[in-house]
Amino acid sequence: MAFLELRGVSKGFGEGSRRSEVLRDISLDVGEGEFVAIVGYSGAGKSTLMSLCAGLSKPDRGSVLLGGKAVVGPGPDRGVVFQNYSLLPWLSVYENVYLAVDQVFRTWAPAKKREHTERFVEMVNLTPASAKKPAQLSGGMRQRVSVARALAMDPKVLLMDEPLSALDALTRPTLQDEIERIFLLSHKTVLLITNDVDEGIRLADRIIPLSAGPAATLGDPVIVDLPRPRDRRALNHNPRFKEIRAEIVRSLVQLGPKNRSSVRPEPRVAALDSRTVEVGA
Amino acid sequence: MSKSVSIFGKKVVWFLLPIVGTLFVLIGWSVLSATIAPNLPSPGKTWEMSRPYIVEPFAKRGELDQGILRFTWYSLLRVAQGYSLGLVIGIPLGFLLGMSKLFARCVDPTIQLLRPVSPLAWLPLGLVLFQKPDPAATFSIAMCSMWPTVLNTALGVRSVPEDYMNVARVLKLSAWKRLVKIILPAALPYMFTGFRLSLGIAWLVIVAAEMLTGAPGVGGFLWQEYNSLIYEHIILCIITIGAVGFVLDRLMGLVERRFQTA
Repeated sequence: MAFLELRGVSKGFGEGSRRSEVLRDISLDVGEGEFVAIVGYSGAGKSTLMSLCAGLSKPDRGSVLLGGKAVVGPGPDRGVVFQNYSLLPWLSVYENVYLAVDQVFRTWAPAKKREHTERFVEMVNLTPASAKKPAQLSGGMRQRVSVARALAMDPKVLLMDEPLSALDALTRPTLQDEIERIFLLSHKTVLLITNDVDEGIRLADRIIPLSAGPAATLGDPVIVDLPRPRDRRALNHNPRFKEIRAEIVRSLVQLGPKNRSSVRPEPRVAALDSRTVEVGA
Repeated sequence: MSKSVSIFGKKVVWFLLPIVGTLFVLIGWSVLSATIAPNLPSPGKTWEMSRPYIVEPFAKRGELDQGILRFTWYSLLRVAQGYSLGLVIGIPLGFLLGMSKLFARCVDPTIQLLRPVSPLAWLPLGLVLFQKPDPAATFSIAMCSMWPTVLNTALGVRSVPEDYMNVARVLKLSAWKRLVKIILPAALPYMFTGFRLSLGIAWLVIVAAEMLTGAPGVGGFLWQEYNSLIYEHIILCIITIGAVGFVLDRLMGLVERRFQTA
């Protein structure tokens, strides 16, 4: 039984002749405890898709279901990790997470709320920085606070909208490791949206390409049957990893924009074997 | 060795420059009053005539013959009343304008009409409504000074980043909690800009209001001395008004830093 389900979802913006269809007929099943990644082009509608799953916007056609029930609006049962972190700058790390805990678990005693908050701050390894404000944190740390806040709500599903896009290439792998570790610890259902194929394969159980816009649709999913936990250095030399990667890239190129002058130039497909997964230690 | 001397030298020069500038202004003033503007009292004469008011700033010799700080105090009290009233009306109005597009559209023509009205026009209306000069002055100050607070608060509310509102939506914060925990802290820097501008206007208005009503205060004293032909005191009042305005602005800056949020 699908836990998070999208059935024939379409979404567009604008009126009449200036209407642009962003997503067309998206259908998606995420099983409980599954980690699904959607990989796509920039501007294809990835954030729109996430917004629909979170209930922050409504589809024009089709439906979004969580545990069989229709999603009518946003709520803490769908924890969102935003691309821009969305931390409140006047609150410290602890207070940002506490805000969510206080709101979701209103009936709890203050001591219990405090302990719960501290546990999640510790889970993302930010206890030493607990009293700091977001402005005093690096991008990677801010994103970790965002993840802690989303998880502290004890959501049914964790929605991550390009959470690592704003980070540099050296910090990204470290945060990817964190996400996998937290996933294995928390047993949450996760939907990750990313523009990085390698990130998707590294983290997900199943990876689905999203075609280029307008009217983006989902391509065929690819099962990532690599055993966990995954060592990102070893993955470089893993033949199955390379196969999966080739398949996804091929899908993406097929689903790419009609004019060839955009994201993925073809020669890269041929150079797969010699490319390394990550930069830095 | 020579490097530290030159750094010291630079600091001395930097410290002296404002003093030199002010000296030139005083010299210019003396020259003007000695030559083309004989009616303008010279700096020397101004000091001589002002001494009793400055040296005994808290003396009270008569209703309109008091030390300069006593007058300042009366003016500040009136400003406090009018300014507070302006904030009490202006802040909620600003929030309403920022949060409801409907309300903004309804009320916008009225605001645009009332905003440019000078205190000198509000004062007679105030006297008609309240009959007495002090409530009229408070009313005028409120009506004139509240606009920057209203408009900057509205701007601040409208400028709350969508991201923060999405957080509020995901957390399902109640409307009140959303206002107090997210909109208010996010809008506070804009609001303080409004507060600062409003305070400046309030101080401006009180002087005009006192001049028109003759109430004891810096403005009242100024107008009275003009009528009594003691022009040196006009200049004393001008300097006092400027100095107090500057101090008020600085104080507001300190408060702003204390409550810094976003």
